[in-house]
Amino acid sequence: MATDHSRLAGRFMISPAVLLLLGWMIVPLSMTIYFSFLNYNLLSPGMEEFIGLTNYEFFLTDPAFFDALGNTLLLVGGVLVITIIGGVGLALLLDQPMWGQGIVRILVIAPFFVMPTVSALVWKNMFMNPVNGLFAHAAKFMGLEPFDFLAHAPLFSIILIVAWQWLPFATLILLTALQSLDKEQLEAAKMDGARKFRRFYYIVLPHLARAITVVILIQTIFLLSVFAEILVTTNGGPGTASTNITYLVYLQSLLQFDVGSGSAGGIVAVVLANIVAFFLMRMIGKNLEA
Amino acid sequence: MGSINLENVSKSFGETRVIPPLNLDIEEGEFVVFVGPSGCGKSTLLRLIAGLEDVTTGTIHIDGADVTEVRPARRGLAMVFQSYALYPHMSVRKNIAFPLKMAGMDPGEIDQKVDRAASVLNLTDYLERRPGQLSGGQRQRVAIGRAIVRSPKAFLFDEPLSNLDAALRVNMRLEISELHKNLKTTMIYVTHDQIEAMTMADKIVVLQAGVIEQVGSPMELYRSPANLFVAGFIGSPKMNFIEGAEAAARNAKTIGVRPEHLRLSTDSGTWKGTIGVSEHLGSDTFFHVAAEGIGNLTVRAPGEVELSYGDTVFVTPEPDKVYAFDDKGQVVR
Ligand SMILES: Nc1ncnc2c1ncn2[C@@H]1O[C@H](COP(=O)(O)OP(=O)(O)OP(=O)(O)O)[C@@H](O)[C@H]1O
Ligand SMILES: [Mg+2]
Repeated sequence: MATDHSRLAGRFMISPAVLLLLGWMIVPLSMTIYFSFLNYNLLSPGMEEFIGLTNYEFFLTDPAFFDALGNTLLLVGGVLVITIIGGVGLALLLDQPMWGQGIVRILVIAPFFVMPTVSALVWKNMFMNPVNGLFAHAAKFMGLEPFDFLAHAPLFSIILIVAWQWLPFATLILLTALQSLDKEQLEAAKMDGARKFRRFYYIVLPHLARAITVVILIQTIFLLSVFAEILVTTNGGPGTASTNITYLVYLQSLLQFDVGSGSAGGIVAVVLANIVAFFLMRMIGKNLEA
Repeated sequence: MGSINLENVSKSFGETRVIPPLNLDIEEGEFVVFVGPSGCGKSTLLRLIAGLEDVTTGTIHIDGADVTEVRPARRGLAMVFQSYALYPHMSVRKNIAFPLKMAGMDPGEIDQKVDRAASVLNLTDYLERRPGQLSGGQRQRVAIGRAIVRSPKAFLFDEPLSNLDAALRVNMRLEISELHKNLKTTMIYVTHDQIEAMTMADKIVVLQAGVIEQVGSPMELYRSPANLFVAGFIGSPKMNFIEGAEAAARNAKTIGVRPEHLRLSTDSGTWKGTIGVSEHLGSDTFFHVAAEGIGNLTVRAPGEVELSYGDTVFVTPEPDKVYAFDDKGQVVR
């Protein structure tokens, strides 16, 4: 039980850290907001002037914006579906007693250590390449026409690559959650007449709910800003088929040296991320309560 | 309904044999308690009967039908686990209803049965709570509720009271005995607490290292233990064991006398000794007496006997209450 006095002292003690953190966030954010109202192009220095919401108007009415918005949501949603379902499946497999368990577990975690640029390049050149890729060879072996993944299904290919990177994370979190399940509960369910699938549905899945929520929240944060995988594989194309918001901001600002419009895009992205977070917390946040 | 027969049942985990082949018959409606020290295989034996472990050899019959290969749910037994194993994300009502739901019973009937079980177990006010919001005793009752709604052929309890405090344990002990009197269903109850065994059982099975040392009613085990182990395990405080000359004089390796069968006197008796620590329980007092040439003895005396540390006393065993054991630990009659 903290007394009022010690609570006050506690607040006082943590205030430097809070202030530092606040400054850390506030300064870049307010600078971005400030830039977003300027006509600020690096190619014409010294010409900055206040132009109100024009940057926002420009960004939001860009026909690429709605494509990018849709792609972002598809990318996040697609990767989440694959990693959660795949993660639960892998976690269930890895939880079985088997020979070489330790090594298998390390192998499963391995993709997480590969940096996004590298893994995207590996996928692009070694798997999905329509001439030399493994998938093309496999297709030819079976007498099929090789499929040019990145040209014909660019967004799907990127979802696949990103999902491959995040699968280990999901698996690991879900595996630890699975291992904390009281075995007696499963035995009780067995005695109560629940077969394998029903034990999974009624006992295991509810037990995993919290871990799944954590995986969804953490992954969403990172998946909203997927960038490297797009840059090294499709460059957002063909057209805007694989451009997400992050990539659009990059196209708008860095490629055109337009800091003002890029900042406006950045702020739009922040707002969108918060909307997504709001709906996520509404839908699954209750799982986090004790 | 509810007789269980084990024939040559044994269990090994890999190389280690936990239970050597054993035979055991449990009659319909009996309250059977498995007791033994920690790690002796009580839980394993119970789980074999439940079907949660496969037997290595032997057969198990329930009501005459061979169930050795039958999966747990089909054996018609219900189990109450030491950790209760309630489903934490379900309300008490859903917990109790779970086995019925799995059996595909219709919701109306389920509700009726759950309500009936809840009123028997005083859980009616808690039906909408989660297990996490209940006390230990209430959780215990939910676990029992989940077992009784199925109307099983037999109940299996694995140390159900070991997580409760002493006072609650006494209460729940009574409640479970009461339940047995009402339902008249076979119950198998595992404990390492010999007091629980003595107070609840119709029949006690004493286990040591997977071997059944003796089977009998509580008083049979108390009056005529088959060997040193049972003699030492049943009864509280523990029986006094005396070796050496005194035992040899009775043609035994060891003789045993229970604390309650020793008489204390300040002026004359068989063995002379000095009072050590005394434990006053109010109704009784246990004296630890260092007897010359005999060793340490625990003596039970009425509460009003007043002796203090270092007093010289004489201890006399009641002649027909002295047990003699041979060098294999078996009782000699
Ligand atoms: N899955 C297993 N694999 C290997 N050995 C096991 C396994 N389960 C139990 N054992 C061993 O079997 C023996 C009996 O275990 P069991 O759990 O039946 O003891 P217990 O009598 O219930 O003890 P306690 O009173 O402590 O619960 C122990 O020596 C234990 O180490
Ligand atoms: Mg046990």
